[in-house]
Amino acid sequence: MARINRPVSRRQAWWLLATALAACLPLAPQVPPWLSVAAGMAFSWRAVLTWRQWRLPPRWLLVLLVIAGTAGVFLQYRTIVGRTPGIALLVVFLALKLLELRAARDAVATALLCYFLVLGQFLFTQTIPTALLACLTVLITTATLLAASDDRPQPQRQLRRAGLMLAQALPFMLLLFVLFPRVQGPLWGIPQDRFSAVSGLSDSMSPGSIAQLSQSDAIAFRVQFKGPLPPQSQLYWRGPVMPAFDGRSWRVAQTLGAYPEVPYTGLGAAVDYEVTLEPHGKFWLFALELPATLPPDSTLTNDYQPIARQVVRNRIRYAQRAWPEAIAGVNEAPSILRSALALPKDGNPRMRAIGAAWSAQYGTDGAAILAAAENLFSQQLLIYTLNPPLLGPDIVDEFLFDTKRGFCEHFAAAFVFALRAGGVPARVVAGYQGGEVNPVDGYLVVRQYDAHAWAEAWIAGRGWVRIDPTAISAPSRINSNFSAAVPAGEALPFLARGDLAWLKELRYRLDAVTNGWNQRVLGYNPQRQRDLLASLGLNEPDWRSMTAVLSVLCGGVMLGLTGWILRNRLRVDPALTAWRRFAVRLAKRGIAWQVWEGPLAFAERAARQAPAHAADIREIAALYARLRYGAAPQAADLTQLKTKIAAFNP
Amino acid sequence: MLASLRHRLHEAFVRWALHVRPPEPAPIVLTQRRVYVLPTPAGLAYAMALGVILLGAMNYNLSLGHALVFLLAGLGIVAILHTFRNLVLVAIRPGRCEPVFAGSLAQFDVVLENRRPDARTCLRLFMADETPIEVDIGPHASTVATLDAPAHKRGWLPMPRLTIETTWPLGLVRAWSYAVPDLDCLIYPKPAAKAPPLPWSGESARGASRDGRGADDFSGLRNHQVADPPRHVAWKAVARQQDGPLLTKLFEGAAAQQLWLDWDALPDAIDTEQRLSILARWILDADAAGLAWGLRLPAVRLVPDNGPAQVSAGLRALALHDHGAH
Repeated sequence: MARINRPVSRRQAWWLLATALAACLPLAPQVPPWLSVAAGMAFSWRAVLTWRQWRLPPRWLLVLLVIAGTAGVFLQYRTIVGRTPGIALLVVFLALKLLELRAARDAVATALLCYFLVLGQFLFTQTIPTALLACLTVLITTATLLAASDDRPQPQRQLRRAGLMLAQALPFMLLLFVLFPRVQGPLWGIPQDRFSAVSGLSDSMSPGSIAQLSQSDAIAFRVQFKGPLPPQSQLYWRGPVMPAFDGRSWRVAQTLGAYPEVPYTGLGAAVDYEVTLEPHGKFWLFALELPATLPPDSTLTNDYQPIARQVVRNRIRYAQRAWPEAIAGVNEAPSILRSALALPKDGNPRMRAIGAAWSAQYGTDGAAILAAAENLFSQQLLIYTLNPPLLGPDIVDEFLFDTKRGFCEHFAAAFVFALRAGGVPARVVAGYQGGEVNPVDGYLVVRQYDAHAWAEAWIAGRGWVRIDPTAISAPSRINSNFSAAVPAGEALPFLARGDLAWLKELRYRLDAVTNGWNQRVLGYNPQRQRDLLASLGLNEPDWRSMTAVLSVLCGGVMLGLTGWILRNRLRVDPALTAWRRFAVRLAKRGIAWQVWEGPLAFAERAARQAPAHAADIREIAALYARLRYGAAPQAADLTQLKTKIAAFNP
Repeated sequence: MLASLRHRLHEAFVRWALHVRPPEPAPIVLTQRRVYVLPTPAGLAYAMALGVILLGAMNYNLSLGHALVFLLAGLGIVAILHTFRNLVLVAIRPGRCEPVFAGSLAQFDVVLENRRPDARTCLRLFMADETPIEVDIGPHASTVATLDAPAHKRGWLPMPRLTIETTWPLGLVRAWSYAVPDLDCLIYPKPAAKAPPLPWSGESARGASRDGRGADDFSGLRNHQVADPPRHVAWKAVARQQDGPLLTKLFEGAAAQQLWLDWDALPDAIDTEQRLSILARWILDADAAGLAWGLRLPAVRLVPDNGPAQVSAGLRALALHDHGAH
């Protein structure tokens, strides 16, 4: 182990600096700015030390700096465990490790730290660019490990060798990736900070909350339909249902009873599809109205909302079936109906008065009151806009009778309020409406700007009925898409705009690639693994059979590579092979070649014994001697030797 | 106790690993059967780091984390193969070994031969506890490595067991092998630090009495030796007999200064090794003074002469004195 204690050479120091930079730079947006600056200073310091060949800082100073760095991280996050603080600490250690590189052992430790930081990048993002960047970091780190063993080759040669070794590691990686028995995480309590800030629907709705989402073209989920795509106007993706109203915002019910399975039966054709849901940090799962099946590990609340048992922190995929024409809740529980009628004590007097009038006129005829409400909305000539004016305390009255401009949450809130004022149980449903098919891979992509809110009314004998009040004023929102419904000139997210077709095309392609990546690489989970192995003929694969197959295949690859390594063993100098053939021919004439005899001496002896062939023998021996012992053997000589010997027949 | 057990186990392993009884006939080819591979401490740390990364990837369900671990695991496997390949099928031949005096370092030359079209890098060679030396071998080339071993006793020193190892390219695994090339080093007796003055007595005195005939009188011919000065070659005699050996002219003057280094001339109280040390010192001193000298040992007699060949022959005789008895 003498070598591992050898001091780090100058060239190795440059390599380590490069690998530390490659590992830390992608993390710069994730760590606090002061740490980025401090790490940058440590790297520069190291660079100056290496360049000038100055002495490393004393150990006590480094100990002080480690303490200071750890304290800084603690003050920043109030903890040193968890994802971001952990990575910040690793950056501190790496930056200071560079300043105390003394032996080659430290170089190996630094390289291992860099591999850890690559994993750190994946905690934040796992996109294709991240993966490419990580490949670069791994390449540089591997070249650094090579340089720690032998620092003489030029950098490009080290990189080439590292690339070659990583390329040879690829078959093992693919085999392990596909066959290594996967375990669904988390293995222990997952730190709560993962996906702490993601956009999406929240569990309450107030004026402006959905309009805010309309500025984001982030993807909420992707859908692959098994059959034909249902009409756009049927694509209501049911999300949080909000029956509780406090005068300004709508909220999901505090206590949710749950159905173990769907409490209604479908009518008409079912729609089968698969949702790939982006993580959103909430419990609910989106499903086409009305869900006929439940995703695994989920329940259905008593307002027909699929809820996962755990917060959706990872991209998940679930197969679903929907009944677009289901009849649900004909015999709804009285407590739910009561909560769907509750109104605050006061506020919005004008709408309350109209509701009371409807109630007096139509009594308990829900359908008639519903028609009256729809009538009211169409008469008011409401305008669908992304930039509604601010509203005072009576949000429903002001929207319906004064400003008359609103986004879908205004429409839904006002409509549900109107129905409740008329004595009809109703509730707000938030979710997404529509989506856009990516022509490249055929997936329906639902983005945040497709967020929507609509109303659901309970009519005796018909159960819960969906009414979309936005469609009364802006039917194009439902029938085509969100951008068609918004007045020209309002700021729209890029992908929602109709112009710049080529850019859109490009985005479609990129999105299809991203989706393929998400589905095949990032979404490769225990379930996918089982499905894939079953399709390969490995039925009911368990970890034992997977490990067996994996071992056999990896062993096969290793054997192949070992054979390649040892292949040179069988290769004998072709000149020697030819010479032996020549010796055999002469031996038949009774002139035996002795192993200790040099070719030229043997040729002289043979020429004396077989004078008829003296010239040939001498020429062959001279050629052979030139090939075996000459400074630069020529390929042409070899060819000539072979032909001469083939023609030689004493 | 534990250390000695470890040592004994290691020796047993080496005996088993060598397969043949040393010394081995040349060339010693390090076939795959005799190349061993185990992780280095750095390799163990690497494996542990991979385990931790895998746990993290599982806990956070990071698909790319899995990919990273598997890529690095593949890299580890590839490193095993590369390290193995760096060492396997190296051929070792014994090289030269110049005689040395006891108490100094014997230097064994071994020729390492690479029959492959690509280079072998950072091969480390060492014997027992000596400092390793590091060599590279170019494609289809050979390199001479010189290994030092302490020479304690006069006589033949067989080359100790050679360990040849490499951790190239990544330093994560170590491939090693053992070899005992058939190479012996002749160890001369250590020249005595304090020796009596050169023994100008007995026959040497007789020689001096004939001094009157003149320093440079021709006295005869003998076969030429490499060390003889060219101006003493009997060119005329060479020209007379074609293809004959070169002859050297002998002059009485050289004989006049001749000196006999005699085993029996030393007092009986001096033991064998001490005697040999003193004789070695005399040989060196006589040679340094440019004198011709002869050597008389109980079993060996060297006629007076001078030059490097005489010195080697004399020291060799001392080194191997009574060697069968040991």
